[in-house]
Amino acid sequence: MSKKIKSFSTTAVPLDAENVDTDQIIPARFLKATSREGFGKNLFRDWRFQDGDEAKPKPGFVLNEPAFQGKVLVAGKNFGCGSSREHAAWALKDYGFDAVVSSFFADIFKNNALNNFLLPVQVSDGFLQKTMSAVQENPATKIAIDLENQTITVAGASEHFDINAYKKTCLLNGYDDLDYLLSIREDIEKFEKG
Amino acid sequence: MTLFDKIWEKHIVREIPEGPAVLYIDRHFIHEVTSPQAFSGLEKRGLPVFRPSQTIATADHNVPTLNQHLPIKEEMSRLQVAQLVENCQKYGIDLYGLGHRFQGIVHVIGPELGITQPGQTIVCGDSHTSTHGAFGAIAFGIGTSEVEMVLATQCLLQSKPKQMRIHVDGELGRGVSAKDIILHIIAQISAAGATGYFVEYTGSAIRSLSMEARMTICNMSIEMGARGGLIAPDETTFEYIKGKPFAPQGADWDKKLADWKLLFSDPYTDFDHELYINAADIEPMITYGTNPGMGIPVVGKIPNGQHLPENERASFQKALEYMGLQAGTNIQGQQIDYVFIGSCTNARIEDLREVAAFVRGKHKSPNVEVWIVPGSKQVEAQAIAEGLDKVFESAGFQLRQPGCSACLGMNEDKIPAGKYCVSTSNRNFEGRQGMGARTLLASPLTAAAAAVTGVVTDVREMFLSVDEGYEKS
Repeated sequence: MSKKIKSFSTTAVPLDAENVDTDQIIPARFLKATSREGFGKNLFRDWRFQDGDEAKPKPGFVLNEPAFQGKVLVAGKNFGCGSSREHAAWALKDYGFDAVVSSFFADIFKNNALNNFLLPVQVSDGFLQKTMSAVQENPATKIAIDLENQTITVAGASEHFDINAYKKTCLLNGYDDLDYLLSIREDIEKFEKG
Repeated sequence: MTLFDKIWEKHIVREIPEGPAVLYIDRHFIHEVTSPQAFSGLEKRGLPVFRPSQTIATADHNVPTLNQHLPIKEEMSRLQVAQLVENCQKYGIDLYGLGHRFQGIVHVIGPELGITQPGQTIVCGDSHTSTHGAFGAIAFGIGTSEVEMVLATQCLLQSKPKQMRIHVDGELGRGVSAKDIILHIIAQISAAGATGYFVEYTGSAIRSLSMEARMTICNMSIEMGARGGLIAPDETTFEYIKGKPFAPQGADWDKKLADWKLLFSDPYTDFDHELYINAADIEPMITYGTNPGMGIPVVGKIPNGQHLPENERASFQKALEYMGLQAGTNIQGQQIDYVFIGSCTNARIEDLREVAAFVRGKHKSPNVEVWIVPGSKQVEAQAIAEGLDKVFESAGFQLRQPGCSACLGMNEDKIPAGKYCVSTSNRNFEGRQGMGARTLLASPLTAAAAAVTGVVTDVREMFLSVDEGYEKS
């Protein structure tokens, strides 16, 4: 897993659907593995393949269209709803995505993504629609994401996105929450004593 | 202060400026699916489990619900369950695994053992952890990285959510249950309507519910996007907890009870959002689409999506195509193939009793396969002690063994592609119950009615015919 996110510019994959739940991102039957690796090949498994068969890619599903490549997934609102399975974030990251752009994310998914250095970029409805159309019309459209300045730029238009200052520092420096919690163990023990 | 505020503030270890709070976690439940990578993370860093006595484990998602005494057939499932046993032994965590008399769905066993208590912070690597909020606890689902954090430090970094109050007043009609209340709410505010919020449920209709019914409501809070839902504890709550295996006893009980009685939202406290619902407006509900917000009264017509913004209509249409249903038609009368009564939403003893009372003397439709999957070994034992197993058997319903079963299409219990299943579970996502399966979410009573008639049915009409029968005799 690549740690540290700063700024990057990439083409994108447009997934024009709302309420994409984590059962679609990674169906439950693939949650039997006990390691974090290798979930990318089952990303959107049942949208990608007919009858679950890798030899039968479903035409029309965006991951099966060679024109669309890139490190950013652009998706409709309420992305990542449903099950808390972190395997969804692992699958997206393992497949090669570094960011997901949507007009809003389900809460648990957002935390899981951040904990895996997969950046959830929340934009306005209008900006999302423009981004979606721009990428659909021209797969070569570049999306530039600058975490330091919290901006996303697509086809000349920019928008600011929110992220809390603590999380931003973590992502920029490659720290994770557990490092921080371990560093305050004394405080936790003191809290327990009341 | 709200109920949520009171519990939240008591659990803050410290706050990070412009960042989240360090929240102390009282109870941590784990299961076989979302914990293995957390344990291997600990191992990689050479860390012990910080407070092993505050974590409780069970095997539920990936277990068969027939022949649980035999080794699990599928190798990866068997290994995953074995991994949980090994991790619990290694780190000194209590495990109620397969074969244990306390084994069951994690959100069923916590409450029934008295481990879940008012005022606690409770987490689990499962989104339906919101269930425990029914006791007046802050309970929410987390990812595996967070499971690792709780194992290592008993804490999590959490930003405080916004707060919503949903007030349900009035009396429920006959045949309308807690499941219908929550499906009604989600249909009203959508599957994303409470994202970013914690929800407190209040009102006379909520107060009149049993603990098990309250759990059904809090369980599905996540299905409208809420992090969790909670209900202030009251006499019903205290009565339920008293005498449970892990409930406080003696002087400790009196002390805890005094604390619990302070757990309520102060009058005139502002919430970020409020919603009022009249219980009398709620009818038996059922879903027709592929997210839990796509629900209608059983007597309603399937909508055409024109109520949605234009850019969302394609997804709506895709959902109807997946379901093989037509806009503008009645859902009532839709043929079904399976009925699944189970899951952390509706697999408690009251659910089984309600179904048994309804089907006593009736038989399932020949076209329908009916699975009853109790939420825990204790529920199963109680059902058998009350003779419910005999009622199910004569109705042609199959009583299976405890587990998450056909709720999530992970273990052996799956609904075949293209088949319709009226399910008391919580999610109707594409493929949720098995690849290509078509799920109609409903209450146990509506599911039982469909099992008998073989089609989606308004259970109230069946009461009517039963009542008329009584009058004639």
